[in-house]
Amino acid sequence: MNFYPEFEVVRSDSRCIRCRVCERQCANEVHWYDADGKVMLSDESKCVNCQRCVTLCPTRALKIVKSDCRLRENANYSDQTIKEIYRQAETGGVLLSSMGNPNPLPVYWDRILINASQVTNPPIDPLREPMETRVSLGKKPDHITRNPDGSIDTKLPPQLTLSMPVMFSAMSYGSISYNAHASLARAASALGIYYNTGEGGLHEDFYQYGKNTIVQVASGRFGVHKDYLEAGAAIEIKMGQGAKPGIGGHLPGTKAVGDVSKTRMIPEGSDAISPAPHHDIYSIEDLRQLVYSLKEATEYRLPVIVKVAAVHNIAAIASGIARSGADIIAIDGFRGGTGAAPTRIRDNVGIPIELALAAVDKRLRDEGIRNNVSIICGGSVRSAADVVKAIALGADACYIATAACLAMGCHLCRSCHTGKCNWGIATQRPDLVKRLNPDIGSQRLINLMDAWRHEIKELMGGMGINSIEALRGNRLMLRGVGLTEKELQILGISHAGE
Amino acid sequence: MKRIYVREEWCLGCHLCEYNCAFANSGMTDMVKALRGKTIYPRIQVETDENGVTYAVSCRHCKDPVCVKSCIAGAISQKDGVIEINHDKCVGCLTCVLVCPYGAVVEDGSGVAQKCELCMKNACGAPACVKGCPNGAIVYEERGERE
Repeated sequence: MNFYPEFEVVRSDSRCIRCRVCERQCANEVHWYDADGKVMLSDESKCVNCQRCVTLCPTRALKIVKSDCRLRENANYSDQTIKEIYRQAETGGVLLSSMGNPNPLPVYWDRILINASQVTNPPIDPLREPMETRVSLGKKPDHITRNPDGSIDTKLPPQLTLSMPVMFSAMSYGSISYNAHASLARAASALGIYYNTGEGGLHEDFYQYGKNTIVQVASGRFGVHKDYLEAGAAIEIKMGQGAKPGIGGHLPGTKAVGDVSKTRMIPEGSDAISPAPHHDIYSIEDLRQLVYSLKEATEYRLPVIVKVAAVHNIAAIASGIARSGADIIAIDGFRGGTGAAPTRIRDNVGIPIELALAAVDKRLRDEGIRNNVSIICGGSVRSAADVVKAIALGADACYIATAACLAMGCHLCRSCHTGKCNWGIATQRPDLVKRLNPDIGSQRLINLMDAWRHEIKELMGGMGINSIEALRGNRLMLRGVGLTEKELQILGISHAGE
Repeated sequence: MKRIYVREEWCLGCHLCEYNCAFANSGMTDMVKALRGKTIYPRIQVETDENGVTYAVSCRHCKDPVCVKSCIAGAISQKDGVIEINHDKCVGCLTCVLVCPYGAVVEDGSGVAQKCELCMKNACGAPACVKGCPNGAIVYEERGERE
């Protein structure tokens, strides 16, 4: 069944100079030049609204607009719902989507407001006074031990030290390009934070950034070997992902080419299928075995992170993880991104990260095991304000990936699963990969993090707080607006005005 | 001196440099007015080799330039390292186009020769191709002298 395309290419002919940049830069082959009529023509049915052409058009002759040719309005059966049914009736296939859940579900960050000092307690000016944004992640001792000579034993379990409480979340080499990985690795290294390999192994070129790398071990165990484990600063066991809780991953064989297959240690062209469960983990005790196997393999030098998707019983799950020997728990909320996920799962499974984070922090405190682990919050942390709110809700640090992709050029067209990313990020096509120059990509990531660090300091200063550690779990600094009693209770915050 | 260098590993073959060059040297303030409906004669040109590798070619501002020596009209000169063509003096014999080992001297559409003068004489002030390259494939930097 043919539909009128979702987007329209609007070209101002009076501005178009026929430079054909749009034609050369569109991997979806929307634009072409008609030499007879000396005009640019387009097939908008192929357009994904990534705006590469719009961005590069030197005379601003192009814009992409949402088509207003819609099916008859129906509040129950939306245009999209009906077209999805048509598509499935035609193909019999599972619908695929990319990036995070775009649906208008509540964003609790936007319903939470931050406090500031007035009169009775002075705010701090971060331009004049020192501000500490450094955090260390890992198990903290719950009591002081003394050496035989009476001095305090200062030896800590392994920690990750971050110059600011933000890290780049897991995106595998394969799901994103070599140049995207290079940008992340170089930026993390320059910033004194960490990036995460995802389940795709670590390309040999990036071992040099090992001390700013978190290496991931996921259910497919792709790319995992001794050198890999030892190369990183921490090991992350991926149990789940916010965009697709309860299911595994699937890198299509078409992307497992060249270095990707080598790095993943799989034959070229073969599908890399990560199972939904870890086949050796069916309980917290099993998880404990893997945590300690990895610790043993790396001589207890590295902290182990366990990453889980935010699901209904997240507090109980986190409590189990905190007792498994893991040093850090990463919780990924339902708006987290992905390179490809079944649409129904992405849009309907999991819970908001804000509620999950508050519930986990409270549960661990109530059980007296909060210091056993650090908590990383991920799944659509969009700004420095979100970071500050997450820390005040109880996170030690945040993971960002969508924001990092945006910094590298992503325009959130949500077509990663097509493998034709016009911005050189979610693709393995060499002509597209080279569009992301890591000199530029890493600098833009560094700029973004510098900006966020300034903003975090401003927000902290306003509250009269000069150390990020003093903000952690400080829910008195937050107020809710327009939230129900129940929501406020779970978030552990008061309503504005209270 | 600062020169234009091309990093072909980052060249996307988008040809934007050619249009930015043509616009910068058009003397006009609006790109549409300057270039719409016209054949452009840019001083930088994107080449594509047999493997599909693309890279932009413009004047290297050689230390010992053959074009200057070859000019029968004395129209080409070198000032502070920058090689310039005096369009009024050029007689259009195009010997310089023939002798340039890089193919960086081209005909300007009106019969005389033109070449990259690093946007020193136009309103741009700094090479327009460098400023407009979306992927950092053309850079303008000091890399020391060369023959």
